Amino acid sequence: MSAVLVFLAVVIGFSFWWLYHQKVMEKPWLERGVHTALPETDVSGMPTAKIALAVFLAVVGSLFALFASAYFMRMNYADWQAPPMPRLLWLNTGVLVMASVALSCAVRAARDGQRALVRLGLAAAGLASLVFLAGQLFAWHSLAAAGHYLDVNPANGFFYLLTGVHGLHILGGLVALARSMGRAWTREVPAERLRLGVELCAAYWHFLLFVWLGILVLLAGWAGDLIALCRQILA
Amino acid sequence: MVDATPRSHRDVPPAEVPEVELYHPRSWWTTYVFSQDAKVIAIQYAGTAIAIGLVALVLSWLMRLQLGFPGTFDFITPEAYYQFITMHGMIMVIYLLTAIFLGGFGNYLIPLMVGARDMVFPYVNMLSYWVYLLAVVVLAASFFAPGGPTGAGWTLYPPQAILSGTPGGNDWGIILMLVSLILFIIGFTMGGLNYVITVIQGRTRGMTLMRMPLTVWGIFTATVMALFAFPALFVACVMMLFDRLLGTSFFMPALVEMGELLRYGGGSPILFQHLFWFFGHPEVYIVALPAFGIVSDLISTHARKNIFGYRMMVWAIVIIGALSFVVWAHHMYVSGMHPWFGFFFATTTLIIAVPTAIKVYNWVLTLWRGDIHLTLPMLFALAFIVTFVNGGLTGLFLGNVVVDVPLSDTMFVVAHFHMVMGVAPILVIFGAIYHWYPKITGRMLDERMGQFHFWVTFIGAYAIFFPMHYVGLVGVPRRYPEIGAEAFMTAPVGGLNAFISVAAFVVGFAQMVFLFNLLWSLRHGREAGSNPWRATTLEWQTPTTPPPHGNWGEERPLVYRWAYDYSVPGAPQDFIAQNDPWPDRPARRP
Ligand code: HEM
Ligand SMILES: [Cu+2]
Repeated sequence: MSAVLVFLAVVIGFSFWWLYHQKVMEKPWLERGVHTALPETDVSGMPTAKIALAVFLAVVGSLFALFASAYFMRMNYADWQAPPMPRLLWLNTGVLVMASVALSCAVRAARDGQRALVRLGLAAAGLASLVFLAGQLFAWHSLAAAGHYLDVNPANGFFYLLTGVHGLHILGGLVALARSMGRAWTREVPAERLRLGVELCAAYWHFLLFVWLGILVLLAGWAGDLIALCRQILA
Repeated sequence: MVDATPRSHRDVPPAEVPEVELYHPRSWWTTYVFSQDAKVIAIQYAGTAIAIGLVALVLSWLMRLQLGFPGTFDFITPEAYYQFITMHGMIMVIYLLTAIFLGGFGNYLIPLMVGARDMVFPYVNMLSYWVYLLAVVVLAASFFAPGGPTGAGWTLYPPQAILSGTPGGNDWGIILMLVSLILFIIGFTMGGLNYVITVIQGRTRGMTLMRMPLTVWGIFTATVMALFAFPALFVACVMMLFDRLLGTSFFMPALVEMGELLRYGGGSPILFQHLFWFFGHPEVYIVALPAFGIVSDLISTHARKNIFGYRMMVWAIVIIGALSFVVWAHHMYVSGMHPWFGFFFATTTLIIAVPTAIKVYNWVLTLWRGDIHLTLPMLFALAFIVTFVNGGLTGLFLGNVVVDVPLSDTMFVVAHFHMVMGVAPILVIFGAIYHWYPKITGRMLDERMGQFHFWVTFIGAYAIFFPMHYVGLVGVPRRYPEIGAEAFMTAPVGGLNAFISVAAFVVGFAQMVFLFNLLWSLRHGREAGSNPWRATTLEWQTPTTPPPHGNWGEERPLVYRWAYDYSVPGAPQDFIAQNDPWPDRPARRP
């Protein structure tokens, strides 16, 4: 369970840091009067949706950290036999990077108020994500064609499971992306709202890209090497 | 007194343009069924939880029929008995307690107590309920599926959970259970995000974190924990579903069943246990922390005294929340783990008792020389303290490896966890319903029926679970439909088991009186007025009772003080509401 414990340690550390800055050391029974840390209200000035996304991503992160923990634990058993990595995965990774880059451009454009560019960025990101998903399906297909079915080995099982769960998250993101696109193509939507939506999409995609790189490290077996290296350094 | 008002902001600007129009749903359907009002969602959550909870109650009667009078009821076969315990345990823990504390009380109280008009994402909040309902329906469907519900025990340990020897293992039972849990987690995550973000972002002006009532702190922390603990159950369920449906061997070792080698091989049941308990232990505190918070408010209000050590109470809640992620393996002492590993977890388990004990001391010190009103909420709160201490003490025994190994899987464990996470939180739920029912409906619950309900439930629960400790010490194993006069038991327990069963039926009957009271008082209860308990927190200060959609009328309240100003010397009344500027005049609004 080490992976998820490390992840949770970070989450807990951050929560404590946040709480500390919320004046949990105060003695509320001694004070009186309206607290107004910020001019209007004492809650944070960050858009609520952004905070919500951050919390949600932390939860998704713990989900993948748990999968990683399970992966590490199951790996130690004798029957483990990692499947070959389909070459296609590298291409897919490139495509996913492109989606992220396109969304970064869209954010830039939204901040500058260039709607045409926003549309282009969103559309490119959507397209790239669809290509990524199709590529993942092809990777599954090629693995299966080579006889590496899901139930042959637990390593295969994890391969399909992790790529599948990640793909589902991309799919869910596409729904949000589609809504942002809807806004980008509607003239009446104020620039402010459009920008927020685009920023949220971009954050989500960057996060999923990060997760994907983590999964890649796991599946390619580098994680094992990395742990061995750490052990050597410690010893 | 520290004046916390910054000088330059003596005149506080309005928090918002009154957008009351938004809060007028158009039709009957969107008002009562597909409502986005957190208060309606809360009642839907609580109603569904209580309905499915009744099923679990009936199942406990059936189990007690079998244990008390073995051999009398032909229809309770061993298979059926396993199905009863499994569904009883899972429903009670997840679909009743978790759902009612977070979905029910969380939805009703968080927006009101922090001075918000609603949850921050009302639409997602509504979806959360409907996904939860779907989860409950899927779960209930397993009673009617071929082969019946799963009988794997609420812990669903593989490999037996998906083998043909376990009821539902080869049929629909286990699949429906796993799917239902996955749905529950998805639905909960939607709601949970709402509760957390509403506390972070939805508070009204003046409501700093350290001015929030402990109820909100308890529900908030429990929700954060649940958001990070449920994914572990999610992962376990998905992987087990793969093992069951797609033939992977994540958890399944090589097995011979009825002389036939199964397709599985090499998997690790222990891996499942780690995942399950990584969720399972925090789950204990997910239902305990809201109870802690609520009970603090009940005690303070009904003893007319400020809560003792508010700051320490908050810190204790947060620290318990964090620590409870590093104690999970105390449920696995008998799984063949390394002794050092067990030693580590025994230590963390005992450490977590420290903040918990602090909370108990603080409740008692709040009561000390308080003006204690023995109202129904107070009675239930007192009963909670006693029961929780009781269950907590046996928990200290079981937390130690050498004590747990012989007691593991005996009725002693069953008695322990029923005390600490069954009876204790349920008592708080009752107390909370007696306390907030007047706000929800505008009428008081009937006092005489309530007294009857309290005394029968309280004494009855002890009649059920106190002797059960002894039954366990004598050596009766858990999850056995029948024991007879086995040699491993040091004394016969047949008479005692019959007594426990009779007590269980009586307690169950008292709950029917309670349900009747809920319905009867809706029409015939005494008019409550807006603040019958003379409480300080914001939900009692709403302009109308019951509060309408949007809660606050034209303007949200301004908060001037913490939630516990009871019996302040010199004040005109023995309580000062949180939005009362006394002794100043209200801040002028431009
Ligand atoms: C009316 C009150 C209740 C009675 C009479 C009762 C009775 C029982 C009985 C007889 C068992 C099976 C013991 C065995 O053979 O191993 C059991 C198991 C269990 N109960 Fe209760 N119970 C009650 C309320 C609750 C509540 C409120 C909870 C909520 C936490 C709860 C949670 C559980 C759990 C988790 C199990 C273990 C199931 C398993 O072994 O898989 N019960 N209960
Ligand atoms: Cu535990």
